Amino acid sequence: MQIEPLKQKYAQLLRDFYAQLRAIHIDQLERKWITISLIVIGLFVGIITIDALFHGVNPPSKVETVDSASLHLNKEFAEDNLGVQVDDKGNVTVRMVAGRYSFFPKHITVPAETTLTFRWVSMDVLHGVHIPMTNMSTMIVPGYVAEITTTFPKPGEYPMLCNEYCGLGHNHMWSNISVIAKENWTAPAKSSVKGGSNNE
Amino acid sequence: MNDAAERKLALSHLWVAFIAFILACFMGEYQVLERSGLISALDSPSVYFASVSTHGVLMAFVLTTFFIMGFGYYIAATSLKQPVWNKPLAWGAFWLALFGVVLAAIPLLTGKASVLYTFYPPIVAHAAFYIGATLLVVGSWVWCVIMLVMFVQWKKAKPGQPVPLAMFATAMNALLWLWTSAGVALEVLFQLIPLSLGWIDTVDPGLARTLFAWTLHPIVYFWLIPAYTAFYVFVPKQAGGFLFSDEMARLAFIVLAVFALPIGFHHLYMDPEQAKGWKLLHGIGTFVVALPTLVTGFTVIASLEIAGRLRGGKGLFGWIGSLPWTNTMVLAVILSLLMLIFGGFGGIVNASYAMNAMIHNTAWVPGHFHLIFAGTTVIMYFAIAYYLWPMLVKKPLFSESMALVQLWTWFIGMSILTTPWHVLGLLGQPRRISSVVYNNLLTLSWKPYELMMILGGLILLGSACLFIYNLAKTQLSPASEAFDRQIEFAEPIHAVESLPEWLNDFKPWNKVIAVLMAISFGYPILQFFFMNTSGSSAWGF
Repeated sequence: MQIEPLKQKYAQLLRDFYAQLRAIHIDQLERKWITISLIVIGLFVGIITIDALFHGVNPPSKVETVDSASLHLNKEFAEDNLGVQVDDKGNVTVRMVAGRYSFFPKHITVPAETTLTFRWVSMDVLHGVHIPMTNMSTMIVPGYVAEITTTFPKPGEYPMLCNEYCGLGHNHMWSNISVIAKENWTAPAKSSVKGGSNNE
Repeated sequence: MNDAAERKLALSHLWVAFIAFILACFMGEYQVLERSGLISALDSPSVYFASVSTHGVLMAFVLTTFFIMGFGYYIAATSLKQPVWNKPLAWGAFWLALFGVVLAAIPLLTGKASVLYTFYPPIVAHAAFYIGATLLVVGSWVWCVIMLVMFVQWKKAKPGQPVPLAMFATAMNALLWLWTSAGVALEVLFQLIPLSLGWIDTVDPGLARTLFAWTLHPIVYFWLIPAYTAFYVFVPKQAGGFLFSDEMARLAFIVLAVFALPIGFHHLYMDPEQAKGWKLLHGIGTFVVALPTLVTGFTVIASLEIAGRLRGGKGLFGWIGSLPWTNTMVLAVILSLLMLIFGGFGGIVNASYAMNAMIHNTAWVPGHFHLIFAGTTVIMYFAIAYYLWPMLVKKPLFSESMALVQLWTWFIGMSILTTPWHVLGLLGQPRRISSVVYNNLLTLSWKPYELMMILGGLILLGSACLFIYNLAKTQLSPASEAFDRQIEFAEPIHAVESLPEWLNDFKPWNKVIAVLMAISFGYPILQFFFMNTSGSSAWGF
């Protein structure tokens, strides 16, 4: 395939477009307004992009699949493994299952001012969860693991609310989370029945 | 030109649109009342969710689609000064779409399709709901074809001449809708209908949501473009002035259509099935599409200023007072722009990528889209109806002052409804709940806002009834032979003699859209066929 003629064709096309763009009547005031608009848009986009690329401020976007129909056979999301767990390095992970009409486990206790990784899965339909006054918010789509990392700055009793229509009992789908001061929190005892190679 | 056939065609479409609208208004008021918990006898999730599903379908799909079709036929006939092409086909599309609406209404009203107007698989509704919705869309596709055929025929007959701006915008909307509806059509035809009929056992909700997101942003521009068309082609003339720039109007419509399409993932920011890079790309595109709206705001306000000064307004702001505030079109555009400013601010919050977490799926979101759709857009539908009705029925409007009261009350009602709705969202209230049963102190702070919303809804319902009453009385009043008003399109300050082809045709932009869509949706859709996904079986509600 000849690249050079194609390149020339498109360069010519762009030059014509630019020349014609210059030729149409655009008022001086309109030019100024468009420039201001572009600067404002550029500022917003710039802040968001820098935050995303350099500060890691992103929405929950880990594309990870799971079989929602057989969570009970899944090592990670079997009933005994749900809730708060601390690994050897001290990372706190919260594994939660959403199903009509509650979040399981029904109640969890987590430390404030600590990085928490939530891993949410659905066992049936589409759900969503948010904790008001925090940025813990994610959709829980069947077939996918929704992972979100956050920190709760203030201790307190917070509701966890289902925010996606999941059926006629949707109103009743909620549970509580207790955030307690870091120094008062102790890691839950490790479950004796753990998933893993020796359990298979 | 004897346009009796065109007028009948337009009127039939507009009546279907507005009957759907008034029915949905009653449902809306019931919903705010039920949701507040004020009357415990009303409390019923099954009735509420059937109602909210029907309200959404009627407002977002029936009101809009039929209004846009009727408006488009009349604009095409009057701006091109030629009859609508293939009227039997247009009537066929009308009856097909109406049949679809009735077919979908049966399961909706009997509680067999309480899946909300956004579908939400793997929950499934009765198949008649999806098939009915599909027929409505197929009817609108026929309208698109008729608009584009008329556009092309006119251009062939008058080579080199600029297409009238009103028709340019309408044909652009037809093209936009064909692109827009392809996403949801793929979801409905290959996932939802087969699932609801039991032809397939599972669907991937991640793929379904991605396809729906394809449609979800540009569909709001499909609804908005008639309002913008009125901004550009009716408002300057009605205000007593001139359009500030015809070329910029065309550019705004083009950028709106081109960039509306590849940005749908701002609806999926909080979703796990798409990666952050794609979300960021769509997020940046979302900000780009703010540009044509900013340009439109400038052009409309500049056109109004010209009119105000021609009418003797002096000083920096004096021209605002000298505008004809008692002209329904002018009043509507002022109120529409006010709501656009606040709604646009909310939209920028929603668009802001990770910040979306603060308001995602909270009451803020319906607050936002009611302000910007039911406010900014629908108030212009009213103004267009008030403007066109006397021409369509050949009788003067029953009451101009009632129309002005109706526009003011719609604005006031919408402000009272949507302000507390936004606040509720910031206070963490989820959208799509039918009552508050959370045993938590936080819910106490929600109460006063829910009560305010009842008042806002009541004012809106009253306003909507005035609107229907005025139109019906106009049509039913005795005919007056002498009355003959013609549609008037605004003149630009600088008349356009000739335009470059890319400002007068869609062919190059069609290619640009195809490339942008391939970039922004290509891999995100294909990934579902490479990934090891496990589908979800169908669930009832």
